Amino acid sequence: MVWKRKVAYINLTTGKIAAKPIPKEVRQLYLGGRGIDMHLLYNHVKPETDPLSPENVLFVGAGLLCGIPALGSGRCDIAAKSPLTGGVGDSNIGGFFAPELRLADFDHLVISGKAEKPVYLWISDGNVEIRDAGHLWGKDSFETQDMIRNDNGDEEVKCLVVGVAGENLVRFANIMTGMKNSAGRTGIGCVMGSKNLKAIATRGTMDIEFSYPDELLDYCKEMNDMVMKTRWARAQSKWGSLIIYSNTNTTGLIRTRNFQLNRLDEGEDLEPENMDRYTIGMSGCYGCSLHCRHRYVLREGPYAPIFGEGPEYTSLGAFGTMVDCKKMETILVANHMVNKYGLDTLETGGLIAWAMELYEKGVISEKDTVGLKLEWGDEAVLFELITQIAHRKGFGNLLADGFKPAIAKIGKGSEYYAIQIKGMSNLHSDERPTPSLALGIATSTRGADHLRSRPAIDLYGLPEELLEEIYGAPVSSDYTSYEGKSRMVWWQELLYAVTDSIGTCKYQTVFCAVHAPKWKEFAKLIQLTTGLKFTKAQLMEVGERIYTTERMFNLREGFARKDDTLPERYFKEPTPVGLPIAKGKKIDRNKFEKMLDEYYAMHGWDQNGFPKKETLERLGLDKELSSTV
Amino acid sequence: MQKILFVNPEKCSGCRTCESVCSLYQEKVCNPARARINIVKWETAGIYVPMVCQQCETPVCEVVCPMHAIKRDEKTGAMLIDYDLCVGCKLCVMFCPFGGISLDAKTRRVVKCDLCGGEPLCVKFCEPQALQYLDATAINLRKRMAAAEKFSDLMKKMLAAV
Repeated sequence: MVWKRKVAYINLTTGKIAAKPIPKEVRQLYLGGRGIDMHLLYNHVKPETDPLSPENVLFVGAGLLCGIPALGSGRCDIAAKSPLTGGVGDSNIGGFFAPELRLADFDHLVISGKAEKPVYLWISDGNVEIRDAGHLWGKDSFETQDMIRNDNGDEEVKCLVVGVAGENLVRFANIMTGMKNSAGRTGIGCVMGSKNLKAIATRGTMDIEFSYPDELLDYCKEMNDMVMKTRWARAQSKWGSLIIYSNTNTTGLIRTRNFQLNRLDEGEDLEPENMDRYTIGMSGCYGCSLHCRHRYVLREGPYAPIFGEGPEYTSLGAFGTMVDCKKMETILVANHMVNKYGLDTLETGGLIAWAMELYEKGVISEKDTVGLKLEWGDEAVLFELITQIAHRKGFGNLLADGFKPAIAKIGKGSEYYAIQIKGMSNLHSDERPTPSLALGIATSTRGADHLRSRPAIDLYGLPEELLEEIYGAPVSSDYTSYEGKSRMVWWQELLYAVTDSIGTCKYQTVFCAVHAPKWKEFAKLIQLTTGLKFTKAQLMEVGERIYTTERMFNLREGFARKDDTLPERYFKEPTPVGLPIAKGKKIDRNKFEKMLDEYYAMHGWDQNGFPKKETLERLGLDKELSSTV
Repeated sequence: MQKILFVNPEKCSGCRTCESVCSLYQEKVCNPARARINIVKWETAGIYVPMVCQQCETPVCEVVCPMHAIKRDEKTGAMLIDYDLCVGCKLCVMFCPFGGISLDAKTRRVVKCDLCGGEPLCVKFCEPQALQYLDATAINLRKRMAAAEKFSDLMKKMLAAV
């Protein structure tokens, strides 16, 4: 059965390795993936641990449903204390690693300590080995994977790797698998690098058994059909997440030149249709019907030849709209570079855009940038800065520490221009016209982040009856309204916490598609897979438990209500352009604070954002659970 | 008319759903190592090729089998293994030019695609339609149509020039 899959404890300092089963009780409380990772993070990382010290712990977890042929069930959750924010470090990665880890007998890895010299982990059919990685150190993320496969004579080996950015302790280094899948956010690649851990490689041939295999097979087909019936999924299949750009840019929901405009003019080359020039086919993650990743080839130009995968909508913003580059080719090159070096695309683009605005405003000069002219839209400068950040050279070395230290070093009012929350860069979306989206990035446990809660369907202006049916209480269908939006964010936070814990893809639940699988369908999948029974209410409670656990971790590290806010500019500067619905909009501070009050109440937290005693009791978080896993 | 499991690698997204569906249907577990179909991948080159028994017209497996245990199913055209006769010598595994027959490490049996008795589930689940179950004539027609389209484009251009 699925829950016989083990957790492996690996101490890289002592070389000691132990394995034990995950108690059913923990499954019922946290499911798997992100849920169990968050439980482990809270219990295994002591307060005030230096994120780059051997005392920080790296957690890798396969979702509870990993392996089933539906909903992109290949998702893996990776966590640690974040070296970028100092709070919850957590990132979810697609591809093929998690099912392979599960086929090799493990669902979770708890990696502590620090290896004396570069090593990689080899995990195969119940065995865990620590192997020398001297020959892999300094290699990029693609070479590293190929070399490990060659060393083991097996093309089927799946790897999590860090590139040079992780080795160089860039605080927003990512962890990669394949050509594009990355656990990008919160700098967990930096934690992996700090442990001298270059890669985790796995190969498994053990059965994954299910409680009701025949029924599961039929239901998986039903689930895939349910997803593919949505218009969103069909568009995703063809253009990937780039499809979002057409809508958001026209409306004026995209930040351009860091945060100076909310639409990119003359940005036609970034329209998703233009990817047809470079795309040779689409790719899917494990068990995915959507296949939203472009496989692209750049055949001409100074940077050719390049074969890469992606880019996501995020990279379109990071290396396009935010830095005012208007060519698709620029984005394809930059996307390939960050994947090769192992950098978070969003954080990299966000920091460069910020630096460009500082340069424009005269806050920094060529003296600070070591001779670089940070002009908007200069792709050569963009590529140079990406390389500098990854190698910690020149001005890039300053940016490589992330927003908080860079602001402290530059000073001179530079903080005002930084579009970051809790030390992490925001997506290139401009949330001033959309209070629900703004609240979501403010409350996210990992810093400015759309993937903890974004209620993207708020933008559709759906009938209020339908919204009430989904969210369980009245919600305004006007996306510029503040009414009911705290409930929306709360609900989506719970849904995504559960989605990340069962290991299915967010694109295949209520994110951008209204009629996609959610609570009821998840409960049935869990039952057919594991035999565990959940009602909708119980699953929502699991989501609450996970989110409150994350909250408690952040509170323990000193975060408070004051950190659940937006960059000042959201309150002060109205959006300058866009359609009438999006133009002239800013966030009303009083209404925002009221939304925050309502949001805390939804979670059962007090007005300072601390969980109430009765909430902790209800969620079973009042007891010490560290002994369970 | 008998149908053919038609593989089009250009459409394959590499998602491995066919592998897990196959093992789930055939062995009641998810385990790509025990599936009858596998996607051979060169991940860093972006090349994915689904490999499965081609149910050959002159099946080498049938020829080399000393026990005459591999026979064609009249209904579906699939080459089936009669496990009452099979002695597990693995000659079929060795001689198949496509790797269409494999050895199941757990049961120690040789296994191959049986077209799920005429309704291949991998096809049913393959969203990008890299796997299709088609009439033999339909495959020819499809290929001819694709080729003819090129001529038709050319002719349209010529007509426009006149």
